[in-house]
Order: sequence, then C-alpha cells, then structure tokens
Amino acid sequence: MTVAIIRFGGSNCDRDAERALEHLEVDAEIVWHEDGLPEDTTGVVLPGGFSYGDYLRAGAMAARSPILEEVREAAADGVPVLGVCNGAQIGCESGLTEGAFTTNESARFQCEHVYLRVERDDTRWTAAYEEGEVIEVPIAHGEGRYEVDDDRLEELEADDRILFRYCDADGKLTEEANPNGSKNNVAGVLGERETVAVLMPHPERATLPDIGPTDGQGILRGFDGASGA
Amino acid sequence: MSLADSDRELVVEELEREPTPAEAALFENLWSEHCAYRSSRPLLSAFESEGEQVVVGPGDDAAVVALPGDDDGETYITMGIESHNHPSYVDPFDGAATGVGGIVRDTLSMGAYPIALADSLYFGAFDREHSRYLLEGVVEGISHYGNCIGVPTVAGSVDFHSDYEGNPLVNVACIGLTDEERLVTAEAQEPGNKLVLVGNATGRDGLGGASFASEDLAEDAETEDRPAVQVGDPYAEKLLIEANEVLIEEGLIESARDLGAAGLGGASSELVAKGGLGAHIELERVHQREPNMSALEILLAESQERMCYEVEPEHVDRVEEIAERFDLGCSVIGEVTDGNYVCTFDGSEAQSASDDPDGEQSEPRKRETVVDVDAHFLGEGAPMNDLAHEEPSEPETDLPEVDLEAAFDVVVSSPNTASKRWVYRQYDHEVGVRTSVGPGDDAAIVAIREAETGLALSAGAAPNWTDAAPYEGARAIALENATNVAAKGATPLAAVDCLNGGNPEKPDVYGGFRGIVDGLADMCETLSAPVVGGNVSLYNDSATGPIPPTPTLALVGTKDGYDAPPLSVESEGELLLVGDRGLEADGTRLGGSEYLAQFGGSDAFPSLPETPSEIVETLAAVANDEATLAVHDVSHGGLAVSLAEMVSEDAGLEVSIPADSEPAAALFHEQPGRALVQTDSPAAVREAFDGVAPVVALGEATDRGTLELSVGDRTLERSAGAIRSLRDTLEAELE
Repeated sequence: MTVAIIRFGGSNCDRDAERALEHLEVDAEIVWHEDGLPEDTTGVVLPGGFSYGDYLRAGAMAARSPILEEVREAAADGVPVLGVCNGAQIGCESGLTEGAFTTNESARFQCEHVYLRVERDDTRWTAAYEEGEVIEVPIAHGEGRYEVDDDRLEELEADDRILFRYCDADGKLTEEANPNGSKNNVAGVLGERETVAVLMPHPERATLPDIGPTDGQGILRGFDGASGA
Repeated sequence: MSLADSDRELVVEELEREPTPAEAALFENLWSEHCAYRSSRPLLSAFESEGEQVVVGPGDDAAVVALPGDDDGETYITMGIESHNHPSYVDPFDGAATGVGGIVRDTLSMGAYPIALADSLYFGAFDREHSRYLLEGVVEGISHYGNCIGVPTVAGSVDFHSDYEGNPLVNVACIGLTDEERLVTAEAQEPGNKLVLVGNATGRDGLGGASFASEDLAEDAETEDRPAVQVGDPYAEKLLIEANEVLIEEGLIESARDLGAAGLGGASSELVAKGGLGAHIELERVHQREPNMSALEILLAESQERMCYEVEPEHVDRVEEIAERFDLGCSVIGEVTDGNYVCTFDGSEAQSASDDPDGEQSEPRKRETVVDVDAHFLGEGAPMNDLAHEEPSEPETDLPEVDLEAAFDVVVSSPNTASKRWVYRQYDHEVGVRTSVGPGDDAAIVAIREAETGLALSAGAAPNWTDAAPYEGARAIALENATNVAAKGATPLAAVDCLNGGNPEKPDVYGGFRGIVDGLADMCETLSAPVVGGNVSLYNDSATGPIPPTPTLALVGTKDGYDAPPLSVESEGELLLVGDRGLEADGTRLGGSEYLAQFGGSDAFPSLPETPSEIVETLAAVANDEATLAVHDVSHGGLAVSLAEMVSEDAGLEVSIPADSEPAAALFHEQPGRALVQTDSPAAVREAFDGVAPVVALGEATDRGTLELSVGDRTLERSAGAIRSLRDTLEAELE
C-alpha cells in the first residue's frame, strides 16, 4: 500500500516529492523506472526534473519507457496518478493527458512563485480547496506553455477537465499573470479519468511549513486514502 | 605554451633523463599557474584555515566543516569554489556550464551530496553589446546545467565594471552535505587497490585547458581557443551524482577525485601523491569516445563528467554494476602502488582500427611506458615565483557636484545595484525543498534538517571597492558577506575564496593582488571565519588591460531554525540605522562607491568599524529578536539603495538623515558593517549595540508605499512603483 514516485535518469524532484508526502504521512517510495511498478502500488507520482536530459523533447523519452505502460494500466484501473513539471510533460507525451507543454513564451527557464485559480473542487486533487480559490505555488520550468488545438481545448473546458489556471492575486486570468504564455492560462489538466492529473507548478515545494507557504499540500492530499494512510 | 626551459631543467635533473612527450605535457599542465599556484601560494599562508569546526581544510577537492548545534557533531558540509573565467569568455554557455559541473564533482569527491550553488559573475560595462552577450550566455549555461542536475542556485552576485571587458569572471561555489560516516577524501589509501574511472567516455575535448587558463587572453581567443573549452552534459552529471550517492552509501569508495584540469593525469597523480603512494595505469583501458587517441590525449583530455575512484579489489564488481545501472561508462584503469606514478600504453588496439582496409594486421606494438615519475614531485615540485610588486597609491579626494534626486535615480538604477531578478529567475533556486530564503535577499538560508540548523550563504565581491583600495576593499568584502548572513540572524562558520587577478608579472597588478589576499585574510580571521579552501585565477588580463583584483568570498553562517526577518518593511515600526560611522562622526568617504563610478571623481575608501565581529554577532542576535520586523544590510549603492529596496506597495518609509551630514556622502557611501533594522523595540536594539556600534533613528514606516526621504534641507519622494521601474534595469534592457 504505497505511492510509487518514479525516478528516471535525470529526475530531480523525486526526493522532494517523497519528503513532502512523508510530511503529509502518505506512505511513498522512490521506484527506479527499470524496476517496474511494485505490486502494491496505490498511487503514482511522475516527478519533476529533466528525464533523459530532456533530449529529443521534454518528457518524450520517459513517456516511451516500459514503466509508462504499467502506469497507463494502473491509471485505467483507477490508481491516482499525478504528474508534476517534467512529470506533466511525460503525462502529455504518453497520452495520459491531452495537449503538450512546450517552450515558454520567454524562451527562458523561469523559477518563481505564481498564483493558481482552482477550477474545480470536486476532484481528489482539489478537495481541500474551494472552487475559485487562489493558491500560491512555485513554478520552475523552461517548457511549461500549455498548447492544444482550439477545438480540443473547448471540449476539455466543456468536460470540466481544466484543474488549475494561472491568475493574479485576486483570481483574475490576465495575460501578465500567465508566466509562460499557456493557452487560456491553463496550468494543470485532468486525464480522461479524474484520478489522473498533471500540472506544471510544484505542489511539493509548497508543502513543508518549515521553509515557507504550504498552499500545495491540498494537491498532494489527493493521495490520502490511496496509500492506506 | 610548452614546458619552460627552467622547469625542464629541474625535471631532467630529477628524472636523470629527458622527459617523454607525455611527461613533458603533464609537467607543463600540473606546474602551470592554474594548477600549481606558483605566484599565489607564497601569499596564501596569510589565511587562517583552522578552527574546531574544520574537518578537512585547504588542499582537497573541497573543504569539510562540522555543523554546530548537532550534539554528535557528525553532520558536515562541504565547501568549494572554482573559477571558469577564460572558458566563459571563449564560449560563455559551455564555459559557465562546465564550471558548475566541476565544482559539483569536487563535492561528490568528498562523499557529499550537493545541496546549494552560488554564482558570482563579473562582466564589462552593461551598456556594451559584448558584455550582454556574455551575461546572457553565462546565465543560460549555469541555468541549463544547474537546473538539470537538480542543485538549487540560491545565492551569488553580478557586477559590471569596464575592466572586465576582455575578461569576464565566472566564480561558482558549491555546498554539499555529508557526515562522519560518508566522508571520503582525495588521499589514496592502500597499494593494491584498483583505480576505477566512472562517467563519460574520454574524447579529445579540452586538451591543455590548465595551461590555457594560465595565460592572458589573446584578442583572437574567441576563435583560437575554442578547442580548449569543454562541453558539458548535465544529464551525465546527474547520473554521476546519483551513482556516487549509491557508491558512498554502500561504502565502496576508499578515495575519490574528480577529473578537472589536466584530466586523468591530474586527478590520478594528485590522488596517489596525497597518499604518499604511486600508481600503475594502463591508458588504453580508459573507455574512449574517439578512435586512435594517443596516450598523451587520453592522459590530458578534459572531457567532463568523470570521476576517479580508489576501490578495494573485492568491490570492483559491485562498482561496475552500479555504474551500469546508471548507464555510465566504467573502466578499471590500474591500481595504487607504492612506487612511482607510472602510465603505460598499448596502442595496438587503437592501431588496428586504422590499419589498411586489406585486413592485414600490422605487428601489435609492444606496451610502452609513457610516464614514470614520482607523484609527489609531479604535484608539488613546481618552483614558486618570487614576483615584484608595487603598493597601490592612495586616491585623492575629488568629488563631483551632482543634484541629489538625479544621483538617487542613477545609483538606484545602476546595473550594479539594480534588481538581479532577471538572472536568478533563470536558476532553479528551490529544488531540494531546503530553500527557506532564496536569492534577492541579503543571504540565502538553506534548511539543514539533519542537524536542525539553518545555513546562511552569501557570496560576492565588489570590484569598485578593491579597484579603489585592494587591501581595505577586500577587508570590506569579508565584512559585507558576514553582515549579509548576520542580517538574516546567522553567525559566520567558515568561508571559501576565489582570488582573481590580472597578470602577476606586472608589479602593480601583483601589488593589488597581494592587497586583496591580505585584506581578505585579515578580516576573515577577525570574524573567526576560517578560510577553509579556495581557488586562485591569475592572468585575467587581455588587450583591454587587467581586471580589478577580485576576491570573491563565499561565506556560510549558521542559525537555529530556518526563519529570518524579511528585507521589506512592514507598514508600522521604527527604522534604525546601525553601524554607520559616517553620520555621527566627521562624515565619511565615498571611495569605491557606485556614486563615484557613475559620476566620476575619487576619494579615500571609508574606514571600517574597529570591532567588526561584535557588530556581526550583535546584528545576528537582533535579527533573531521577536521585536525585529525587517533587516537589510547596507552596502552597494549605500543607504539610498538599501532604503529603496525596503519599500513595497503596502509599506513605505518616512525617514530623515541627520542634518549635519553631507547629503551625498550620507546617502551613497558604502562602508560595510551597517544595517537597517525595523523594530517594535528600538530601546532593545540601542541597548544591544551599546558600546558596539552607533545606532541612529531614521524614521518610521508608513502604509503609503513610498520612500519619503529628507537629508539636510533636501527632500526626495519616490513611490514603490517608481523604485521598481528604476531597479528593473536588467529586465528592461534584456527582454
């Protein structure tokens, strides 16, 4: 009964996710991708980093590694799967979620705190928040601009699959508050099942109270009950 | 450059024969200024490097310091700093990136996990196109490499000065975390142990980098010297970090050294020399990326992301297994001996690849000995230089006449004092979830939960200060870094330095360099901050002349907990200025200030406090007091800049500088060892500083979001928005 944090060569937020989940008393362990998912996996984190050095395209190589097949199967069985940053890129590359995260409008890496508007409060990832609530979570990415066909985006919006959008401190969706030029300020989306979510901001960096704000805890609480904790 | 005649004579005398080509190349590189510190080592004895907290001092890949507050005393940090100056001029992206890679591997060598980086960067005038090109490339290189390997860049500095035009500086410091159990050193332990090379395959990159770093940069360096710059692969480095972690955790490593300057030859010979031992290395066993490499190329190539480990024979299989798990190359290249440092080469394998296509094998060549020297002589035998020096002259007082408001706007918006957000936004400063205070504040604070200690880190130098007064300026730099950590409630633990100078064969340059060495050493000793390691980079000289002598100091301090008072004021509470020697006495001096750099003129450097360590300790205690609302160090740009930085949209300041001080001097002098303190309890601050340093009440915070400043009969008012756009110089110009 444990959440598997999948480490690829080049993952670098795996330990951070483990520490944050540990703080929330969610049982989690780091799993080397070649070792495959443990039998008792009750949740999956695709952590941030630069899997395979971002060669080819961010997340593209990891998305084609054998363990992703297992993750897709687990997701189909309803196991909660959360992709963060590079994990979100892997999620989109592997078809777990739709769209793609591509080069920031600035064409530069950006590490800063941003505001997110919670678009739904009835998923496991957002049950701790109110719909429309503004939370502060850091980003750290060079390729986080959400891109998807206009038609597809309309459908995603109609299906209520947008989980977070970049906003200002008052919850307004402005161009200035959109750090990377994401389409319609999208910061995180749901998969076909609501148990699958990906987002570019880092909830694990906004969880530990001894170093700063803790607005990200609610997202990781999506694993509550998934680990037997 | 080749081995100098006088050095060759020494080598011949020792070997009692002519050196082989490979030996001559090894001596040339390892006896270069870059590796052997021939012009600086005689000066470095000035540094106090001992203290009860010091576990490993100078001379290893990185220093090791025990953290206080841990009863067992078993949590250690490593500290290292390195320059990558010449490569960053020739190829800013790769030069800076590989600088990060090198200092991180120095951390791995000690059995540590890297937890923080600090970069101090120095460029020519910001309005020059070429400076901007270098800045963008260097920052992108650091960002690319540091972010990818998952080590946060939490602190640093960026300075512009026209004398860096032809020779920018890139100084990178790395902090690692280890403990008593995990600690390894670069001292070979036991004859019979195997030498194992793990990491990237060796190619022909970076040949002769150490000797390239020991000459002035030629005007055509950008095109001519490109082959001497290595190209980094952060993905391989990240794999190496994680493989090293497993090797250390499993206790498989007896000693370790990263491959940097002078490649395998440098690392392996230094490793065994430190243990008073020798080695036998079979060079053809090194895993190679290119065909037909010669013994000399294998020995000296500076291909990145490689480590040399000493491993007991029974552990070799496990080491190979771990390397394979992380997709890293691994070769057992030889073993530790108690004889000479010997490298042999059997070129027959390489030879066969280039044989004629008829398939006729030429006779395999016999194994030949290409190096056979005493490792200690190779590492330590270089004679030291005794160079002439000239004392720097005292500047005259010649002050410009400038309108105060204009001066405020110019100094606050100067690239040197302006916001560096454009730079640090490109660095991942939060990965690792230890960053409690990040870049943009006086010092960073990194949470060391293993020892329940907050580690404060401040790194930088001040070219204007050491240009005006090398000795006093360097003392000021040490005090300034200590004041930075104290402003966040920490007291100094230890420091590492990166001493950058011009061509030491010029007496005035060498005089200035001596000044910064002595100044830094004196103040660090006064502050009880042992200088546990460092790096020297000379010959930072080009067609545009020598750089200002530049002593980058990376200083760490410790505190209980990870909280610190913010830099910005709250909307209520009194503002005090502590430690300013100029306001109450007979004025102060503007030497070394950004004000003079902008408007011309000269002055003596301000005199420093007489009891700096008491000021630092008292400030740290005040910063940790519950009544303290905000603290900000006062230094670059002077009081004007610090006041401006403390104001936000929600909270302003209404302050008045005592009337008897000369306005420009009061606002813009840069005497370090000062801080602005916002407090609910001014009496307690006065009491704390009684007999230590002067305390002056400047005024009150407001909820107006403006800086309202009066000095003498002059007044000045700037809104937080106006200040923000003044401070936005870098972003406004570069985006």
